[in-house]
Amino acid sequence: MKIINASKITDTVAELCMRANYTLRPDVKKAIQKAAKREKGLAGYAMDSILKNIEIAEKGSIAMCQDTGMAVVFLEIGQDLHIKGNLEKAIQEGVRSGYRKGCLRASVVEDPFGKRVNTGDNTPAVIHTKVVPGSRIKITVLPKGFGSENTSTIRMFLPGEKSGAIEDFIVETVKKFGPNACPPLIVGVGIGGTSEKAMVIAKEALLKPVSRVQPALRKGRARSRPDIDRGGCQVSELANRLLRKINALGIGPGGFGGKTTALGVNIETFPTHIAGLPVAINISCWALRKATTTL
Amino acid sequence: MKKIILPLNNIDIKKLRAGEKVLLTGPVYTARDAAHKRIAQSSKLKAWKLPIDWKGQTIYYAGPAPAPKGMPIGSCGPTTSSRMDRYTPLLLKLGIKGMIGKGNRSEDVKKAIIRSGAVYFVAVGGTGALLSRRITKAKVIAFRDLGPEAIYELELKDFPVLVGINSYGKSIYK
Repeated sequence: MKIINASKITDTVAELCMRANYTLRPDVKKAIQKAAKREKGLAGYAMDSILKNIEIAEKGSIAMCQDTGMAVVFLEIGQDLHIKGNLEKAIQEGVRSGYRKGCLRASVVEDPFGKRVNTGDNTPAVIHTKVVPGSRIKITVLPKGFGSENTSTIRMFLPGEKSGAIEDFIVETVKKFGPNACPPLIVGVGIGGTSEKAMVIAKEALLKPVSRVQPALRKGRARSRPDIDRGGCQVSELANRLLRKINALGIGPGGFGGKTTALGVNIETFPTHIAGLPVAINISCWALRKATTTL
Repeated sequence: MKKIILPLNNIDIKKLRAGEKVLLTGPVYTARDAAHKRIAQSSKLKAWKLPIDWKGQTIYYAGPAPAPKGMPIGSCGPTTSSRMDRYTPLLLKLGIKGMIGKGNRSEDVKKAIIRSGAVYFVAVGGTGALLSRRITKAKVIAFRDLGPEAIYELELKDFPVLVGINSYGKSIYK
């Protein structure tokens, strides 16, 4: 059995918090660079500012956005791994030390419905844990800003619903909240499961690579893939249709109008109950920050 | 690009067009959700005596990240303005002339802007690192206990913004 010290996890989480906030994911950066070429006028100005901002943050090791988010930590823990010490405490300690050392903003308040006192160190983080085969631990930190998180929406559709209604719901949600969520956006969609599962997979969808065209269609071998036979093809078609419709809204970078309202639409699905069809939306600002390490 | 010296004066304000790019230089005060709530309470109850005369001043909807060593301030971009909408007519009554934030405002705010002859500027959301380079000084002047939500006095130097809603109510948002 592999043994890992909780202190190692603390150090790793601290490093991931800083890395995620200073350095943008390469796939997102690439998507922004590509989109910037299509924009002019105020939209071009916004894209230019965003690209300069990414440079300054990366080179100067400072947070790309002052809203360094609530830290969402995804864990995949191998069932054969033994963690020596308290895992929950180790992660919270990692967030505490990463946010303090890294000059990242403390944005979390205690007692949300009461006095709302800032905890001073951005803890607690929200932790999602999966137990998987093997003896390694994969740690992903997703700092989630609330300009975009406040736009999260869920609707419990019924199975008889026309697919058009679901599309309209997603596009309308982006239309309503888009300008506040720091566009160009990445739109995470979770379809299926229960209400809470739908929201978790909508957030997990943001962890997947961002691309303008969903891979299943681009590669042209959709039918030969087993996941596609379970509805994956319809899902990637839906993602592509949604991206076209969202970009036709014209909200544009910074909300200043333009071609790029979203850089991508990522959809995750999960089996659901015979009586239900939950659809959850979790939007990210352009600064979709994520850092991952496997120990 | 047009340069404007803060605090704003009425002649400069009247000339601003929606969508125009402007560089701001001079003092602004940060205030976001918690500070707005306290300002509203203090204006009613006189519970907090603020060391600021709001007349003619500009409010920046922002909560900065801590300053790295040798820097006046950390990342400091705009937060979503619409959360402050319910307090804005009051703040305009108290005398503020300018606001800097991101995103659209309510109809009530737009009307109050016209009434007060004020202006709403927007900065590009998420560009806190870039914008922090245009802030030369930062000092907490009220509500230190609120941490990043305290009121900071910032000194801006060629701080890039767009006119989001001008004093006649013309807006860049649909």
